Amino acid sequence: MFESLTERLGGVFARLRGRGVLRPEDVDQALREVRIALLEADVELGVVKAFTARVRERAVGEEVLASLTPAQTVVKIVHEELVALLGGESVGLRYGEAPAGVVLVGLQGSGKTTAAGKLALFMVRQGRRPLLVAADLVRPAAVEQLRLLGERVGVPVITPLPGETAPQVAARGREEARRTARDTVVVDTAGRLQLDTALLDEAAAVVRACGAGEVLLVVDAMTGQESVRVARGFADRVPLTGVVLTKLDGDARGGAALSLRAATGLAVKFVGTGERPDALEAFHPDRIASRILGMGDVLTLIERTQAAVDPGEARELGERALGGEMDLEDFLTALRQVKRMGPLEGLLGMLPGMGALKAAREAHVDERELARMEAIVSSMTPEERRHPDILDASRRRRVARGSGTQVQDVNRLLRQFEAMRRVAREMGGLGRRLRRAGLGGRALGPGTGGAGAAGLGAPPVLPPPPPRGAGRRRRGRP
Amino acid sequence: MEEAVRPPAGGRGLGRLAAALSRTRAALGDRLADLFGAGSVSARDLEELEEVLIAGDVGAEVASALVERVREARPGRGEDVRSALARAVAEAMGPAEPLRHAAAPPTIWVLVGVNGSGKTTTAGKLAAQAAARGERVLLAAADTFRAAAGEQLAVWAERAGADLVRGAPGADPAAVVFDSVRAARARRVDVVVVDTAGRLQTKEPLMAELGKIVRVIGREAPGAPHECLLVLDATVGQNALSQARLFGQAADVTGIVLAKMDSSARGGAALAVRHALGLPVRLVGTGEGAGDLEPFDPLAYARGLVGASDGGAGEA
Repeated sequence: MFESLTERLGGVFARLRGRGVLRPEDVDQALREVRIALLEADVELGVVKAFTARVRERAVGEEVLASLTPAQTVVKIVHEELVALLGGESVGLRYGEAPAGVVLVGLQGSGKTTAAGKLALFMVRQGRRPLLVAADLVRPAAVEQLRLLGERVGVPVITPLPGETAPQVAARGREEARRTARDTVVVDTAGRLQLDTALLDEAAAVVRACGAGEVLLVVDAMTGQESVRVARGFADRVPLTGVVLTKLDGDARGGAALSLRAATGLAVKFVGTGERPDALEAFHPDRIASRILGMGDVLTLIERTQAAVDPGEARELGERALGGEMDLEDFLTALRQVKRMGPLEGLLGMLPGMGALKAAREAHVDERELARMEAIVSSMTPEERRHPDILDASRRRRVARGSGTQVQDVNRLLRQFEAMRRVAREMGGLGRRLRRAGLGGRALGPGTGGAGAAGLGAPPVLPPPPPRGAGRRRRGRP
Repeated sequence: MEEAVRPPAGGRGLGRLAAALSRTRAALGDRLADLFGAGSVSARDLEELEEVLIAGDVGAEVASALVERVREARPGRGEDVRSALARAVAEAMGPAEPLRHAAAPPTIWVLVGVNGSGKTTTAGKLAAQAAARGERVLLAAADTFRAAAGEQLAVWAERAGADLVRGAPGADPAAVVFDSVRAARARRVDVVVVDTAGRLQTKEPLMAELGKIVRVIGREAPGAPHECLLVLDATVGQNALSQARLFGQAADVTGIVLAKMDSSARGGAALAVRHALGLPVRLVGTGEGAGDLEPFDPLAYARGLVGASDGGAGEA
C-alpha cells in the first residue's frame, strides 16, 4: 500500500509520454495522487490543500525535459516544494546565557521523558554539562524513569521534593545548575492536552521559572490529522521554539513534521530514531521530504555506511574476495560492518521504493540471524576460519554446540559462504580477463562483489544500472 | 464456554465520555452545519463531508466509501446527512462487544502496542475496575525494558489493591508472564492483566518476543489469553493500520483499546482498522483516573466522529 509516489505518478503519466509541456488537466490528475500520498503520510488536510495548490501553479506549463518523464518532473517540483516548506536546512538549539534552559512539553505518551534523556546525552557529546530536571509530577514513576535515564547517560537529575510544584522544581534545577557549574538545564514536564489551559499555564510557568530559551514540543511521528491543532493549542499559551519528532524508526511517514512547519512555522529540530539513548538525530528537511513521498532516504543510508565501514578494511576485503582468497575471517569482518550500520530493517526502509513495512514482511530480515552467524564463525578456531575445508562432521558438531546452534545451521552458513566465495572468484576472474583484453577493468573494482550475482548476466563492461528514481541524479549534464 | 463481563458502572462514565466527545463535536458540528444547514446535498457538499472524515483520521479510502453510502441514502436535509453518516459509521464499527472472561478463573487479558500509546495506564485502570467489582486481580509487569515501567505499574497495583508480579529490569518478559500465571492459580486470582513493553511494530525481534509471551500464556493456561488488546492512541494517524496488521500477526490481537479519547482527536483510525482488518474496539480511555476507561459505544463514537449534534452518548 505504501508504493512510492514516483511509481504512482508513473502510472498516471504513462499515456502522456512524449508531450512537451504539462497541461493543467495532466497536472490535476497527478495532484490527486500527490494528495492521497500526503494524506497517507498523515499530512494535515489544510496543509495538503494549500500545498497542492502551490505545486499546481508551478507545474502547469513546466517544460518536460527530454531526459525526464513528466512523472519525475512533478515529483521533482513536489520534492522541492516540500523541502522549501520544511525549511531549507537543519536548525540546532540556541542555548543563550548559561545556565541555558530547554523545556520539553507535549501530549501524554509522545516521548518527552525518553527525549529528555537523549537530549542530555546529545549535549554531553557536544561538550556541554547538562542537568536533568524531573518536573512530571503526574504520571506514576515518571520521576524514577528520568532518574534511571540520567544514570544511564551520566547526567545528574534533580527530582521534586515533597510538596514542590513543577515550576518550583524547575527553578531549583536552575539554581542547582548555577551552584554546580552546569551550563544547561533540560526539564521534563508532565504530558498534557492542548485543551487544558490550566495545565498549559503551568507549563508556561515552568518555562519562566528556569529561564528557558528553548521550549520544544515533543510530537509522536505516528500522529495523524490532529498534529496542527495540538501544536496551535500549545503555542497559544507556551512560547514554543521547535519540535522533537519521536518514534521515527518505525514505518510512520512523519507527515506531522510538514504539517507543523507549514501551519505553525515551528521547525523540527530533532528526530528520535530508536530506543537507545543515542538514537536522536538532527533533523534534515530534505530527507524527511523523501520519506513522506515514499522515496526512501538514500542520503542517511550513505552516511551510515560511511560511518560504519572503514574504507581501508573494505578495500582489502574486496580485493581478497575478488582474488578468490576470501575466508571466514573476512566473512566475519563483513558481518560486523553490516551490524555496525544499525538495524537492518531501518536500512532497508531507507532504500527507494522499499517501505519499511514491505521490507519487514517480504525481505524478512532477521537481526538475530546475523547474531547467529557471528556466533557460529566465532566458535571456530582461527585455523578453521582460514581453511573452512577442514571442518568435518565432528568439528561442525563442536561449532554448533559452542555457538548454541544446530549442525544444520553450521552447514547452511558454510554453504552460503561457499556460494559467496564462488561468485566473488568468478567476478575476480572475469575482471582480470577483461583487463588483459584491454576492456575497462575498473568496472569490476572492489565493492561490486556484493551485487555480483545479478551483474554476471549483464554485459560486463557496462556500469551497474542506476538506482530507481535516478531522475534526481546529481551529476547532470551542464 | 465464555461468559460476558458486565460493563463497569454505567451513567457517570458515559457522561464523562459524552463530555469529552462534545468538545470536539461542537467545532465539527458547526462545520457540518455550514455544509448541510439547508436544502439538498450537492456533490460538492459530499466532497467536503469526505474531508471532515479525513480530518478525523479515517483515511481517504474509507472516507470515500462511507460518503458513497450516504449518497446512496439520498438525504435531503442537513440533519439527515449527519444521522445517515453517523449510522453508517456505527454500523461499520459493529455492535459493542464486552471483554471475554474465562469459564473458570483466571481470566487473562494482555495489552500490547507501540511506545507511549497508553498500555500501562490502561492496565492499571482495568485492574482497578475489576478490583472494584470485588474480583481478585493480579497485574503482570511484563515491561522489563522501559526504565521504571515496573514502578509505574506498582503504583497502579497499590491504588487498585491488586497483586503485582514483576521481573528484574531486563529480565525475560516471558518468564514474568509464566510466573504470573502460576501465581494467579496458586492465589486463586480472578483476573490477570498483563502489561507488555511498548514496541514499534516493525521491530521483528521485539514482535517475536511478544509472540513468545502470548504462547507461554496459552501453554500455561489453555484457552488464554482471553483478550489480547492493541492499545491505540486516539491521535494516531494512518500508521494505525500497520500497527494493527503487524501486532495482529505477532500476537493474535482480539480487539482495540482506544486510549486518550479525552483529547481533541476523534480516533477515526479505529474505523480504518475496523474496515481493513475487522478488529472491534472494546474499550475507550478518557482520562488519567481509574474510572476513565469505558466500554465502547459505537453510536457515541460515530457521533463524535462526524459531529452529529443531536443528543449524545447519554441517550445511546
